[in-house]
Amino acid sequence: MKVLDFMWTHRVEVLQLTLEHLQIVFISILIAAGIGLPLGILMTRRRSISRPVLAFANLVQTIPSLALFGFLIPLPLIGGVGVRTAIVALVLYSLLPIIRNTFTGISGVDPAIKEAGRGMGMTDSQLLWKVEIPLASSVIFAGIRVATVIGVGVATIAAAVGGGGLGMFIFRGVSMVDSRVILAGAIPAAALALIADFGLGAVEKRFSKLLFVLCLAVFAASCSHPNRIVVGSKNFSEQVILGELLAQQIERSTNLEVQRKLNLGGTLVCHQALAAGQIDTYVEYTGTGLTAILKEPASKDSAAVYDKVRAAYKSRYGLEWTEPLGFNNTFAIIIRKSDAQQFNLKTISDAAPQTARWTAGFGYEFIEREDGYPGLAKTYALRFPMPPRVMDLALTYKAVADRQVDLIAGNSTDGLIDALGLIVLQDDKRYFPPYDAAPIVRDSVVMSHPEVRTALKELGGKISEEQMRKMNYAVDGEHRDVKEVVKEFLNGK
Amino acid sequence: MATTLEFRDAAYAINGRSLVENVSFKVESGEAIVLLGRSGSGKTTTLKLINRLLEPTSGEVLVEDKTTRDWDPIRLRRRIGYVIQEIGLFPHFTVAGNVGVVPALESWPAERISARVNEMLTLVGLDPGRFASRFPRELSGGQRQRVGVARALAADPSILLLDEPFGALDPVTRSEIQREFRKLQSGLKKTMVFVTHDIREAFILGDRIGLMQDGRLVALVPASEFGKLDHPEAKAFVESYA
Repeated sequence: MKVLDFMWTHRVEVLQLTLEHLQIVFISILIAAGIGLPLGILMTRRRSISRPVLAFANLVQTIPSLALFGFLIPLPLIGGVGVRTAIVALVLYSLLPIIRNTFTGISGVDPAIKEAGRGMGMTDSQLLWKVEIPLASSVIFAGIRVATVIGVGVATIAAAVGGGGLGMFIFRGVSMVDSRVILAGAIPAAALALIADFGLGAVEKRFSKLLFVLCLAVFAASCSHPNRIVVGSKNFSEQVILGELLAQQIERSTNLEVQRKLNLGGTLVCHQALAAGQIDTYVEYTGTGLTAILKEPASKDSAAVYDKVRAAYKSRYGLEWTEPLGFNNTFAIIIRKSDAQQFNLKTISDAAPQTARWTAGFGYEFIEREDGYPGLAKTYALRFPMPPRVMDLALTYKAVADRQVDLIAGNSTDGLIDALGLIVLQDDKRYFPPYDAAPIVRDSVVMSHPEVRTALKELGGKISEEQMRKMNYAVDGEHRDVKEVVKEFLNGK
Repeated sequence: MATTLEFRDAAYAINGRSLVENVSFKVESGEAIVLLGRSGSGKTTTLKLINRLLEPTSGEVLVEDKTTRDWDPIRLRRRIGYVIQEIGLFPHFTVAGNVGVVPALESWPAERISARVNEMLTLVGLDPGRFASRFPRELSGGQRQRVGVARALAADPSILLLDEPFGALDPVTRSEIQREFRKLQSGLKKTMVFVTHDIREAFILGDRIGLMQDGRLVALVPASEFGKLDHPEAKAFVESYA
């Protein structure tokens, strides 16, 4: 019942995503039918092409949907991030059942009936339209039904490439480890698939016109709008919160309509979407921009890194880094608050002498990386009596809280830090590279809508690490709604 | 009487295999020819050469003094009524729709089509009031075959081709419909080519009987003379009749 409560409180969003979902599927099926029906008919006239065409359609069907989206992202025109890619993928998946059923449906018409038609002087097109298509129509329609049901399912993956739809809930739910959110996407999607199957069957003859009009209405209602800013985000909670934050800030201080394309994917997906103009702004971290996008070595100086990415993004991509939000999402050395108070520890240097009595627990990656534990131990002269315990990153928080270990390395904005009574030691020797968060916005948007730039500027320096941790915990730990959490934060300003 | 149909040394081969060879004959206007032969003797192929469902690979077939290659196949087929054993009624059309299909293709006005449909159904012994709006699946085998004949006659073709049209019927229905068809034919005086493997049927319906064997027309004689033929295949058929 928690799921139903969640869906009820988010009914506007559920409805909107359901409509988006329907729109993607509807357009895709329309295009796939536009390609598949003539192709299937052509195959009955030119038998030699039927084998290669069916082989291709079969092959496409075997590609896992996530992989297919991956292939499509770098392609020009049909690829990229957004609805278009989703539609291309859906069209490809829908082709097989439509082509196959058209072909077998028409081929399966009783040869005696075809011969009678031909013998009576029907032209090929009269035979096709008056005899073959009417007699094959139920088989052809079944193909469209199957394609639609497949389409409803595959469209949930579309959220991974910014296609929107009910997959948004599913992906958000997976990253929040919140089954309510997953189900809020999965249940309507399953319902849509069932309705599509039963519904299309029932309306096959009688209500097909009504259905068509309904679909057109759905399509028209969700058409795009020119004066609108598209906000994106990567696919983890902090990013979704920050995306929502940008969206609400722009909504509050401008008259522009804001479209959210949150939970898009990783760094590269967001960057490409921004560069291609599919989104107008998202929050990036300076260290990530430097190493992952500009492919330059990490650097320790926070201000220098910011200046460097700002200049390079401007000249290379026509993108503007606006004022940093104020927090740094970097590696963090974390201990229990009680230990910090007892020994009066504020920095990693303060804590270094204590390490002789402590045990450390780290994730696999941190142990291995040169800029992880080995460098850290050297820089601060840490002397653990035993080698650090290696465990899954998510478990280290639990372990330090339960006193199984005494010091861990986590993320500085992780919501669990405050929730579990832990504290971050200051990196006083600036060992970890800076990952200062700042919105990036497209130059053309700054030009055409300077009020967006002003709105983003107001956010500069407004979010401390502690505040970010609180919001992360509200969403991850307390399973609260992102929109409310962000609204509260902005109201508190 | 004028010659309506003529085969001049016509042959048909596919993939190097000869199905019909050296077939030559003439059919006068209004005459009923029955092509008699075993399965695979080339009867159906011969029939399909007439309405250009097949084209002769050598020789020629003339319909109304024009070779079939010079005919527009669509125009040609609409002037020739065609009935096949499987009947091939369109299951998604009513009886009226099936009978009126060629007039509709020829864009007759609706009233003329429905008048013609009623006329044709009455002609083949089906009450239009009862049958016109039924679908083929609601008919018995004999009724379907009557509809098939009515459909072939609907556009008033001068030539009628029938490919074992009564083969799938039970013996009682078959002989009933054969007699009726004979009566119909003598009233309509269509030029007719009728294919069968049943010598009884050949005797009932044919003015002349053509005997086919291995793709050749081995004899073409008036029905009354068929029993006197010396050909072994003719004897085999006559024996099966006795």
